[in-house]
Amino acid sequence: MFGVPISHVLIVSTALFFIGAYGFLTRTHLIMVLMSMELMLNSTCLNFIIFNKYLFPGTQDGLLFTLFIITIAAAEAAIAIAIILNLYRNFQSVSPEETTTLKY
Amino acid sequence: MNAAYIALIPALPLVGFIFIGLFGKYFPAKISGRLGTLFLAVSTCLAGWEAYQYFFVSGAVGGTYQTTYPIRFSWLEFSPKLIVEIGTIIDPISVMMLLVVTLISLMVHIYSAAYMRGEKRYSTYYAFLGLFTFSMLFLVLSINIIQLYMGWELVGVSSFLLIGFYYDKPSAVAAAKKAFIITRFADMFFLIGILIVSYIGKSLDIPTLISNLSHASSFTITSPLATGFMGFSLLSWGLLMIFIGGAGKSAMFPLHVWLPDAMEGPTPVSALIHAATMVVAGVYLVARFYPIYVFSAPDVLKIIAITGAFTAIFAAIIACVQYDIKRVLAYSTISQIGYMIFALGLAGWGVNKYGFTAAMFHLFTHAIFKALLFLSAGSVIHFIHSNDMRDMGSLRKKMPLTHIVFLIACLAISGIPPFAGFYSKEMILGVAYQTNKIIFIIGIITAGLTAFYMFRLYFSIFWRDKKVQIIRGNAHGSASMTIPLMLLAFGAIGAGFIPFQKLVTFNGQPIAMESNNIVTVLAIVIAVVSIFISAFIYLNDNTIPTKAVKRLGGVYRLIYSKFYIDEIYLFITKKIIFNLVARPVAWIDKYIVDSSINLIGAVTTEISISIKTLQSGRIQGYMSWFLGALLVLVLIFMMS
Repeated sequence: MFGVPISHVLIVSTALFFIGAYGFLTRTHLIMVLMSMELMLNSTCLNFIIFNKYLFPGTQDGLLFTLFIITIAAAEAAIAIAIILNLYRNFQSVSPEETTTLKY
Repeated sequence: MNAAYIALIPALPLVGFIFIGLFGKYFPAKISGRLGTLFLAVSTCLAGWEAYQYFFVSGAVGGTYQTTYPIRFSWLEFSPKLIVEIGTIIDPISVMMLLVVTLISLMVHIYSAAYMRGEKRYSTYYAFLGLFTFSMLFLVLSINIIQLYMGWELVGVSSFLLIGFYYDKPSAVAAAKKAFIITRFADMFFLIGILIVSYIGKSLDIPTLISNLSHASSFTITSPLATGFMGFSLLSWGLLMIFIGGAGKSAMFPLHVWLPDAMEGPTPVSALIHAATMVVAGVYLVARFYPIYVFSAPDVLKIIAITGAFTAIFAAIIACVQYDIKRVLAYSTISQIGYMIFALGLAGWGVNKYGFTAAMFHLFTHAIFKALLFLSAGSVIHFIHSNDMRDMGSLRKKMPLTHIVFLIACLAISGIPPFAGFYSKEMILGVAYQTNKIIFIIGIITAGLTAFYMFRLYFSIFWRDKKVQIIRGNAHGSASMTIPLMLLAFGAIGAGFIPFQKLVTFNGQPIAMESNNIVTVLAIVIAVVSIFISAFIYLNDNTIPTKAVKRLGGVYRLIYSKFYIDEIYLFITKKIIFNLVARPVAWIDKYIVDSSINLIGAVTTEISISIKTLQSGRIQGYMSWFLGALLVLVLIFMMS
C-alpha cells in the first residue's frame, strides 16, 4: 500500500486543486463554478487524508477534518443552489459575467 | 411674601407672544389684538400692584428700600463657583421700570388696535409687541449678568422684527438691519465687559458682583486697580465696555445713527422703543451697576457724563432743522437719553449721588411724555398720511384733542411747570449745577434748544396757515386711539408730583434735595424765551426760516445732514474696512482656504475614479486577483 510515494498523491491533489481553480475562473455557468469549487474542496480533503496517513499514522485528526469538510460542503452546496435559483429569478441568467450588480 | 405673581409679569406677554404667534392665523386678527392687550393688561395690573406694595406697603424696612430676590433658581451650573441663575430682582429701579414698561406697552397695545387696523400682519404685529415687552421685562428683572445679556439680545432682535415690520419697504429693511448691526456691534463690547467684570468680581450674580466690587474691604479690588492700560485699570476698562454696550442700545454718540432710521417702523412701535423699552435699557444698565461705577471707576463715570452731555446737545442741534416729525422726535429722544446718562455720570466728580435719582425720575417722566408725543404724532400721520411737517399746518381746529395733548407733551418736555418734565429736568440740572458747571451749561442750552424745536414742531403742525387735506373723515380717531392719549396726558401733567427723591435712590434711603432757585429760574426762563422765539419764527408763515438758512449757509447744511455721521460711517465701512480688511480676507478665503479644501477633494475623487473599476462585481475577477496575490505571496515566502 505504501508503494505509492507521497509526492505522487500530492501531485494528483495539486492537479485537482488547479483544475478546480481554472474551472472557477473560466466557467460561465454558476453551477459549473460551484462544481469547480467542490473540486478544490476535494483536493483539500485528499491532502488531509494523505498527510494523516503518511506522516501521522495511527491518529484520526485528518479524517475528522475531512468529514467536517464534506458535511460543510454539502450544506454549502444546498445554499449555493438556492442562491443560484434566486439569481436566476432576478436576472434570467446564471452567468457570473452578467450577475454583477450585487456589488451595490 | 408670596412672590410668584412677579414671575407672571414678564411671563404673560411671553404667553401672549407664543399663543398669538402660533395660533394667530386660526382666528380673526381683531381677536389676537384683544388677546395680546388682555394679557398685557393683567401684567400691568400686577406690576401696578407690585409697585404699590413695594413703595408704599412692604418695600421699606426702617426707612430703607430693600433689595430682595423673590425668585431665584440656578439654571446652568458649570462648577460650584460658576453658576448662571435665573430670577427676579426687586429694588426701586426694577419696580419702577416694571411699571413704566408695562404701562407704556399697554398704551401702545390699545392705541395700535385702531392705528394698525387693516394691516395684513395685524396678529403678527401683536405677537411681536408681546415679545418686545417680555424681553424688556426679563432684562429689567435680571438677577444674573448672563440673564441680563439674554434679555438684552432679545430686546435687540424684537426691535429688529418691529422696525422691519413693513418688510416689503426697502428703507424699513435697511433701517432694521442698521439698528441690529449697530446694537450688535455695541453688544460685542458689552460681552467683553461682562467677561472682564465677572472675572474680577468672581461672580456672574449681580448682587454678589456689586458687593464684591463696591466696598473697600473686598478682596480683589487692589490688584486689578493697580495694573492699568492707558491710564485705566482693568476693571475700568470692563465697566467702560459695559457702558459701550449700553450706549449702543441707548443711542449715544457716535452709536446713535440707528435710532432716527428706526422711524421706519410703525409709529406706535417708535413710541414703545423710545419711551419704554429699548433706549432706556442702556440707562438701566448703568443704573444697575451704579454702585460699582461709583466706587471702582469714577473715571469711567466722567466719560459717561461727557458722552451723555455731548449727545444731548448734539442731538438737540440736529433736531432743530429736521422736517420729518418723527425724526425730530427721534433726535429729541437721543437728546433726553443723553440727559439721563450724564445725570448718572455726574457722580464721577464725587460731590453727591443724587444724579441717580434725577436720571431715574427723568426716565419715568420722559417715558410718559415721549410716548404721548409719538402717539399723538401718530394720530397726525394717520390723518395726513405724511411725515413731513411742511405738509402740515393749522390742524388745531381739525384735531382739537390731538392738539391739546400734543401741547401738554411739548410743555412737559420743554420743562414748563407744573408739567412732569420740569421737575425731573430741574432735578438733573440742579445736580449738575452742584457738580460740574460745564455740564450744567450744556444742559441749560440743551433745555433751551429742546423747547425751541418742540415748539417749532408744535407750531408747524397745528398753527401755521396751510390748506391741509385730511384723509380720514373723523380726525379724532376711535376711542382706542384717544383713550391712551388722554391717560398719558394726565400722566404728563401729574407724574412730576411723585416724590422720587423719597422712593428711588441709589441706596434706598430717602435723600434731601433742595431745589436751587437760580437753577429753577434759569431753566424756566430759558424754556419760555425759546418758546417765544419759536413762536415768533414759526407761528405764521414768514420768511425768517429761509433767511436764517441763507445766513447760516454751510453750517446749516452741516447740521441738516446730521454732521455727516452717516457718511463717515459709510466711508469707514465701505472704503476702509471693505477694501483694506474684507477684500484681502475674502481673497484668502476664496483662493487659499477654499482651494486647499478643493484640492483634497479633487485628489480623493481622482484616486477613487482610478480604482473604482477594481470593484467590478464579477466574482471570477475577484478570485483571479485573490489567487494571483496568493501566488505572489507564496513565491515571496519561497524565495526568502
